[in-house]
Amino acid sequence: MASEAAKNRTILACMGDEDTITGMLLAGIGQVTNEPGKERNFQICTDDTKSEELLAKFEEFTTRDDIAILLINQHLADVIRLEVDSFTAPFPAILEIPSKDHPYDPEKDSVLRRVRRLFGDS
Amino acid sequence: MKIMKPISRALRRPEQVFPTRMTLGVMKGKLKGAQTGHSLLKRKSEALTKRFRDITKRIDDAKRKMGRVMQTAAFSLAEVSYATGGNIGFQVQESISNNARFKVKARQENVSGVYLPQFEADINESINDFRMTGLGRGGQQVQRAREVYSKAVETLVDLASLQTAFVILDDVIKVTNRRVNAIEHVIIPRTENTIAYINSELDELDREEFYRLKKVQEKKQIATAAADAEMAAKKLREEAERLNELEKHETEDVEKLVVKSEEDKEDKGEADQEKTVDTTELVAETEGDVIF
Repeated sequence: MASEAAKNRTILACMGDEDTITGMLLAGIGQVTNEPGKERNFQICTDDTKSEELLAKFEEFTTRDDIAILLINQHLADVIRLEVDSFTAPFPAILEIPSKDHPYDPEKDSVLRRVRRLFGDS
Repeated sequence: MKIMKPISRALRRPEQVFPTRMTLGVMKGKLKGAQTGHSLLKRKSEALTKRFRDITKRIDDAKRKMGRVMQTAAFSLAEVSYATGGNIGFQVQESISNNARFKVKARQENVSGVYLPQFEADINESINDFRMTGLGRGGQQVQRAREVYSKAVETLVDLASLQTAFVILDDVIKVTNRRVNAIEHVIIPRTENTIAYINSELDELDREEFYRLKKVQEKKQIATAAADAEMAAKKLREEAERLNELEKHETEDVEKLVVKSEEDKEDKGEADQEKTVDTTELVAETEGDVIF
C-alpha cells in the first residue's frame, strides 16, 4: 500500500527559523524549481510569522507528493500543535527538530507522546 | 485497563441458513477456516507487536540523540557566522539549485506481510551549491558546518524511517487486532451457534421422521389386522354359502328321495310307519341328556 506512495518521495522539506534553514540548506536538502506549487521546499519562519501562514505552509508541504520527510522546528510545531498531532498519515514523516534557541523537549513531540500513551509509561 | 464493550448478542445469532446436511458441512468448514485464520492472525499480531515495541524503544533513543546532534550542528553554524563575520543565510538561500544534493531513497522492508519503508540518505556529491559561500572568509568553517549538518540530517532520516514504521505498524496492528477480535468474539461464536442450530433442527427432523415411520407401521398393522379379519369373515361366509348350497342340493335330493320313497310307501304300507315313530322317541331321550 505504501510502496507506490513512497517511491516518488525523495526530497526533504523544512520549516524553521533562519539558522535551522541555513544549516539544512548547507547539508543540501534545498531544491528550487519552476514547477508551480513546488517552487521551494523550505520556509523560513520567524516568531512574527502568523499561525495561518504556518498552517498554510504545513498544509502545502504535507500535500506535496514528492516530500518524504518534513522537518519542522518544535517551537513552530507548538503553534500549530493541533494540526501536527492530527496528521497521522505515514507520508510525509513529520519530524520535530530543536532549534538553536529552543532546546528539544521530548514531552511535546507528537510521536513520542503517542509512544508514551501506548505504553503508559512516562 | 481497557474497558471492553459487551458484544451485542445479535451479532452472535446463528445465520439465516436452511438447515440441511450440506449447510452443516459448509458451516463446519467455515468454523475450521475461522479457527485457522484466528491463530494465524494472532501470530501475525504478536510478531508485529514485538517489532513495534522494538521500534518505539529505538525512536525514544533516536529522538534524544537527535537533540544532541542538532545542538552540535547549531554550534558549528555559530562558528560559521563568527568566522564569516556575518549572516550567510541569505547567500545560502540564493544559491540553491533546482536539484537537491541531499535526497532520500525509500527501501521496502517486509515484516510479516507489512511493507515498512526504510529511508536511506542519497547524497549526490557532484552537486555543490555553495562553492562561493565563505570564499572570502571562513570557508573551512562552512565546509565543516556542511559536514556536520549532513551527518545531522542523516540521523534525522533514520529517525524518520523509524517514525514512519511506527505509524504504519500502529495502524496495521490495530487492524490485525480488530480482525483477531472479530473472529474470536463474533465469527466463531456465530458459526458455532449456526452449527448448533442446524444440528438441533436435523435432530428434530430425525425425531419427526421416526415418529412418522412408527405411525405408518401402526397403521399398516391395523390395516393388515382388518384385512385378515375380513378375509376370515369372507372365508366363513363362503363356507356358509357352500354349506347352504350343499344343503339345498341335499334337500332337493331328499325331496326327490322322499318323492321316490312315497311312491314306494304306497307299496309297503303301515309297518314302516310304526318304525319311524320309534326313532323319534329315541332322539328325544338322548336330547334330554345333553347339558348346555
